Amino acid sequence: MSRATDAWAALRGHPARFLASAWPWRSLAYVLSSVPIGLVTLVVLAFALLVGMLTLVIVVGVVVLAGIPLLTGLLGVLERRRLGLVRPTPASGASLRERLRAGRRVPVSWPEIGYAVLLGGVLWVVDAAALLLLLTVPVTLVLAPVLRHVDEMDVLGWRIDTALDGWLACGAGLLALVAAAYLVTVLAAAQGALARLLLDPQEARLSAAVADLRRSRIDLVDAFETERRRIERDLHDGVQQRLVALTMTLGRAELEVPEGEGQTLVREAHQQAELALEELRGTVRNIHPRVLVDHGIAAAVHELADRSSVPVTVDIALPDRLPAPVEAAAYFVVSEALTNVTRHAGARSVQVHAWRADDTLRLTVVDDGVGGADERAGTGLAGLRIRLEALGGRLDVHSPPGGPTEVRMECPTRAEP
Amino acid sequence: MPDPRRALRIVLAEDAALLREGLVGILEKAGHEVVAAVGDADALLAHVTHAEPDAVVTDIRMPPGHGDEGLRAAARIRAERPGIAIMVLSAYVADAYLAELLDSAPGGGIGYLLKDRVGHVREFLDSLDRVAAGETVVDPQVVRQLLGRRHDDGPLASLSAREREVLALMAEGRTNGSIAEALVVSEAAVRKHVGNIFAKLDLDPGSDRRVSAVLAYLRG
Repeated sequence: MSRATDAWAALRGHPARFLASAWPWRSLAYVLSSVPIGLVTLVVLAFALLVGMLTLVIVVGVVVLAGIPLLTGLLGVLERRRLGLVRPTPASGASLRERLRAGRRVPVSWPEIGYAVLLGGVLWVVDAAALLLLLTVPVTLVLAPVLRHVDEMDVLGWRIDTALDGWLACGAGLLALVAAAYLVTVLAAAQGALARLLLDPQEARLSAAVADLRRSRIDLVDAFETERRRIERDLHDGVQQRLVALTMTLGRAELEVPEGEGQTLVREAHQQAELALEELRGTVRNIHPRVLVDHGIAAAVHELADRSSVPVTVDIALPDRLPAPVEAAAYFVVSEALTNVTRHAGARSVQVHAWRADDTLRLTVVDDGVGGADERAGTGLAGLRIRLEALGGRLDVHSPPGGPTEVRMECPTRAEP
Repeated sequence: MPDPRRALRIVLAEDAALLREGLVGILEKAGHEVVAAVGDADALLAHVTHAEPDAVVTDIRMPPGHGDEGLRAAARIRAERPGIAIMVLSAYVADAYLAELLDSAPGGGIGYLLKDRVGHVREFLDSLDRVAAGETVVDPQVVRQLLGRRHDDGPLASLSAREREVLALMAEGRTNGSIAEALVVSEAAVRKHVGNIFAKLDLDPGSDRRVSAVLAYLRG
């Protein structure tokens, strides 16, 4: 069996393993430390409340009272840290420095205030009483054979005056110690669970996780974009230039080689090199079109329209450049939509329309084709939807049988704070 | 076709050494003088100021930014020394760049070609000569793209399909004879189409109507 991962699991495990583990000690440390912290919390809270109330008439009190959530917030940070004693993975949350820097900008957390009141008013008293009982009684019993000689002993109404009594008491004390270990651990685990409930609400953890995921998705899209640019640059600087140089050399060779079979072969080689270049240009365009980088979405979409076999009307009113990932997403949406139109729609014309409203780019591609497009059939638009969702945007395809097909894209144009 | 070929003093800017050397070889073999062959836009501007060349041949994408530095440099040269002919070469062509080139201040000839065209050495050198003579030469691929674009409202809408084909070939810098060959029609027929184009675009007979027609076409 693997080692227990928290106090509850340890309690359920084999007694020998539990007693030999660190859990009873960690629990003891947790309960023990709760007492001074609770006491300080009580004093500070009571003081702040008192001063606040008394100075309320001269407005200063408002400031003092408003500072209470900050104090309980700091306590929350400390307590989340202390939860590590009874749970291996401490509750998530801001660090002390982050919490201090955030100051009052963080909304008032009522659970944190509630926890502070609970700790200062109840928990530390319970802990102190429990410790007193659970430590003194077993320890006194264990030491009975010795203590008997020092003074008269009377433990919970049991007079210990013979040596036998002393040794019996010692044995009982050992059993009581074992019981105390369990009880302290139960107390610590229960209190830890309560603290976790109040200080680490599910919602907060989930929203933190969602924020993390969003950030990592945006990072992923950015990385994707950067990688595409890198590949485009590598192709441009490498194989493309070598091919251009090759066509130049072959062109010069054509002039030098005397007419005949040799020249025919050189000419053929030249044509093949040009075809290779043409294909490479097409590939590069699909990876990351240069015109998009240099001139933006309108120019790049015009290029797409010019290349399309179905006539395309472009109406793009975007006076400013947009963030690169948004431009790229929009470009590839149009590219994919036009490819689909050419392949399946049987359309006679396509309209591409893009505009910006309220910091959102809206783009539509509408054709007059047969409709009935199944988005799931092609991975292109599905992949683009993922990219857009990562950017906080969306992509919808309406394609009723009989048409028309409309691809509609929305994407915020302002980067997330 | 201007013949015999005028020897030009050329400043060349191309960041890839392999291509730069190839270009120098081609230009010098044709009898031109390459007064400077440089690898970035700043050096290009410096040498143009220094050497006062007849023509500039430049790549678009160059250090330091590997963006459209060559184009910016060309626009500056055009603004400061409008007499210098400018031939822009690029690994890819797009009409957005062309619009930028044409929108710079008026002046000498402008050429915008795919780098691959250099491999067709004779055609390339002819294009360069025409640009040096003040004409506009645009890569067939850009012209094809523009041809595909619909001009619903411009003066070009009045042209017939054939006339637009002829205009597209004119934009590539072709002569009537070459156009006739490409379309497999007589040169007389081409002359008739060209006349119709001038008439429909309402071009002043006094100006270089061929250039004006092409510009009208390219500006769409």
